[in-house]
Amino acid sequence: MDVSLAAVMPQVFTGLVLGMLFVLLAIGLSLIFGLMTVVNFSHGALYMLGAYFTVFLLTYTRSFWVALVMAPLIVGTLGLLMERFLVRRLYGRSPDDPLLLTFGLSLVLIETAKLVWGKIGLTLDPPRELGGAVNLGFMAFPMYRLFVIAVTGVVLIGLWAFLTRTNVGLIIRAGSRDPLMVRALGIDLNRIWLLVFGIGCALAGLAGALAGPMRGAYAEMGVNMVIESFVVIVVGGMGSLLGAVVAGILMGQVVGLTTLFAPKLAEIMVFVVMAVVLLVRPSGIFGEAGLAE
Amino acid sequence: MTSMTRRKFLAATGATAGAMATQGWFPAVLRAQGEPIRIGCPLPLTGPFAALAADMQRGAQLAQDELNAKGGVMGRKVEVLFRDDELKPAVGAQRTKELIENQKVQFVVGGLAAHVQMAINEQTKKSKVLFISTSQSDEISAKPDTSPITFHEALNPTITCRVVGSWVAQNLGKKWWIVYADYAWGKQCNAVLQDTLAKQGGTLLGATPYPLGSAEFSAHLPKIQAAKPDVFMNVAPGADNVALHKQLKSFGMDKTMKLAQPLLWISYLKEGGPEVYQDVYGAINWYWELESSIPSAKKFVDASLKKFNIPPGDYGAYAYSGVLEVGRGVELAKSTDSEAVANALRKNPVYDHFKGKQWWRACDNKSMQDMWIVKGRGPGKTKGDWGLMDMVAKVAADEKYDRTCAEKGLA
Amino acid sequence: MGSFSRLVSRHQVAAFGVFFAVFPFLMPYKSLASQVLIFGLFALGFNLLYGYTGLLSFGHAAYYGLGAYGTGLTLAKLKVSSLWLGLAAGPVLAVVGAVVIGFFCLRRRGIYFAMLTLAFAQLLYFVAFHLADVTGGDDGLRGIPLLPINILGWKIDLENSLVFYYFSFVIVWLAVAGLRRILDSPFGTVLQAIRENGDRASACGYDVNRVKHLSFVFSAFFAGLAGALDALRLAVVPVESLYWVTSGQVVIMTLLGGAGTFFGPFVGAGTYLVLGDRLAVFTERWPLVIGLIFMAFVLFLPKGIWGTLVDKLPGGQTAEAKP
Repeated sequence: MDVSLAAVMPQVFTGLVLGMLFVLLAIGLSLIFGLMTVVNFSHGALYMLGAYFTVFLLTYTRSFWVALVMAPLIVGTLGLLMERFLVRRLYGRSPDDPLLLTFGLSLVLIETAKLVWGKIGLTLDPPRELGGAVNLGFMAFPMYRLFVIAVTGVVLIGLWAFLTRTNVGLIIRAGSRDPLMVRALGIDLNRIWLLVFGIGCALAGLAGALAGPMRGAYAEMGVNMVIESFVVIVVGGMGSLLGAVVAGILMGQVVGLTTLFAPKLAEIMVFVVMAVVLLVRPSGIFGEAGLAE
Repeated sequence: MTSMTRRKFLAATGATAGAMATQGWFPAVLRAQGEPIRIGCPLPLTGPFAALAADMQRGAQLAQDELNAKGGVMGRKVEVLFRDDELKPAVGAQRTKELIENQKVQFVVGGLAAHVQMAINEQTKKSKVLFISTSQSDEISAKPDTSPITFHEALNPTITCRVVGSWVAQNLGKKWWIVYADYAWGKQCNAVLQDTLAKQGGTLLGATPYPLGSAEFSAHLPKIQAAKPDVFMNVAPGADNVALHKQLKSFGMDKTMKLAQPLLWISYLKEGGPEVYQDVYGAINWYWELESSIPSAKKFVDASLKKFNIPPGDYGAYAYSGVLEVGRGVELAKSTDSEAVANALRKNPVYDHFKGKQWWRACDNKSMQDMWIVKGRGPGKTKGDWGLMDMVAKVAADEKYDRTCAEKGLA
Repeated sequence: MGSFSRLVSRHQVAAFGVFFAVFPFLMPYKSLASQVLIFGLFALGFNLLYGYTGLLSFGHAAYYGLGAYGTGLTLAKLKVSSLWLGLAAGPVLAVVGAVVIGFFCLRRRGIYFAMLTLAFAQLLYFVAFHLADVTGGDDGLRGIPLLPINILGWKIDLENSLVFYYFSFVIVWLAVAGLRRILDSPFGTVLQAIRENGDRASACGYDVNRVKHLSFVFSAFFAGLAGALDALRLAVVPVESLYWVTSGQVVIMTLLGGAGTFFGPFVGAGTYLVLGDRLAVFTERWPLVIGLIFMAFVLFLPKGIWGTLVDKLPGGQTAEAKP
């Protein structure tokens, strides 16, 4: 078994890229779940739409940068519409109902994607400026993947600043901890929920837009991702954003290194880690006991 | 008159309106006379291989038209009934049951992807219906899956990889690295390729499996590049195949080694484009440019251009041939009984519908057929929308490329 | 009408028997009737957990799949010569799976629980995919023989579609009777109390955890039995049996029919499968159609077809019809 640095380091980096996608998806899921106790099963479908919209916009505007900015915004707007007209109808009913609804929605979105863009899937290339590989000394790593890591980092910093330094951010964080109290203080939670849903979905769209040039766009690309992102949240702790970041990066490494050392176990490892965490620390690494109980 | 009306009434009050709306609902009186010969055709019309399935559907329709233009088979009209098996074995089995029990098909031609074929095969075996399978699988023509009424028109991984493997080792280089998808087809190809390479006196520098559908190769490629193989064997299917080629190019590996793969599917060449597939070698069962040298190919291509405006593809050809073989078998046996037709085909195994001589091997009902080594044309060298490959060499059909009857458990 | 529906609600098991005895003659082909029966049983199991106990499992394919593989492996690989033994192996394996998975998942509640069940089902899927030497991997487990059975000295060959239907019918009918017994027992009452308000049930002194585990296991038994029958029907076990799509299907069927009602699962399975079978002949868009229908039901008809019907009919079922 080749355990030299030259073999391991590329895999660590690849794992980091995958981890970044997990983080974006997990944070989106976690924001929505933490504040509204809604699991958005269609998160995976939105990720998929992020990739498809990027291809679509690229064809029309011929600019990858425009597509990269616009695709998540379109997906985020879709999220706003989803919350306002679909999910909102279910508040006050059984907490299982939003999960069921978003599950149905994800089927509809996947089939609609096939209807609009065909059943084979589309391929997408990174822009010329980001093509090629960068020599990192111990290995050559594709430039585009470094770009993905960088962009995710910037977005995370921006998100952190938004949540900790703005009033809205403060309300969101307070609402995650104690929605009843926030309401009692007279704050209109409906608006906040709409915003959070939109942001969460936009993050999923961004993940898809970034993933497109690496993996192409195909209708079923989101479902495994949403299941694995949920696993990330379980490991990191429901409702904890720091947990989502740490666990996302961790899970990316788990997948990357397992692919190198024991490829047959690669798909199973994330679930095994989840099972272990459930046994040893049921509320996740950064989760609080009693949350979402 | 009264009994027929009552029968019609009972049929109409069956809880499903759909039963009447499906094709082939004839009033009882017509059913007695020249009843059509029905061939069931399950295909993954939805799903990732839908393009291949559409090609197969066109091929089957062309065969149906050709048979009916000649007045049908034994004077009876031929009807091909298509069903979507969604590339899922359970659905494939269910649709096959529906075709057999509800539509009363006498034969089944079709199936794409090994796992679906085998589920279909279990049903056709149970109901004693002849099945001509039209997609790659090593198991379908061997024990325990095969049967006297299971015929395999398409190539299988053993034949394909032995042919490609021998040609590539003799012509492109003897030091290989193989990257393969970790599922049935990928593993079979990998095993046969390695075996073939060894027999040709070559060296395997490495073989890397990856989980099907997760086309992330960038971590493996530097290591492979450093090992300096003569040939890189791409055993990834579908969209993964395109992704792998793109990643190889982004590392510049297309300049330092030859790229080859077991099969070059024309649909993916079209999707990936000439830049991706430039100078990639592979094998194919058939390619439309063969029309210039083979009369039956020309007939097939002309019919397809006339009806659909596009040339037929590799998998469409399997479906075309399968349906025509059913027709030929029925004419020979003068019966629609599946066992009789199967025996007739074995007694008269040679046929030529679209590529020159093919024949059924007696022990396993395997269609032996010629293959071609092809190479992707680069940008600027393609001819029209579909002239995407150069024919490099022909590999004549030979039973030695498949496992022996004994190896398949059928002496 | 009122007295008829009262009659039906008092003798649910008998009504089931009467209807499904003639059911195959109402279907376009016999195999579809068997499929409705089998998936109805699968949904019945799921409904016990979701409709009656209030626990949404998004990974119920795990028990259906374990049931199918249990029976398939016993008959195809271990070459056991008794069909009954083969049939029994399926639900037994499903129950073992439920004990293990339940141990992990029942530590959490609500949608957390739902997603955990899904994760474990996916785990099983990938294990089955890669243990190809045992399960056939993505080629599926083939060659499952449908052995004839011996009843009182008579040998009955099950290959005929109609015969197989009645064989399944008897087994499913027994399962339905079993469910009725479970629901009528004190255990059954506690189940429904937990669905209404788990904390209150706990405060009343019931061991809520143990009841949930038992419900989970019973539910898996029914699902596993369904999988076992399907393995016999198809002669193959595709690896997709464990995939999230299968889990989603049983959720949709149950909701469509009416969660928390006695006949809902069968109504839902029948509607879903027959509609799907007939529509698939016309259109490739069936999954889109069912997705939209499902969403409409969640939003506007949460009681499902049977549940809404039962509510509207005078003298219909009372205590159970709460989703």
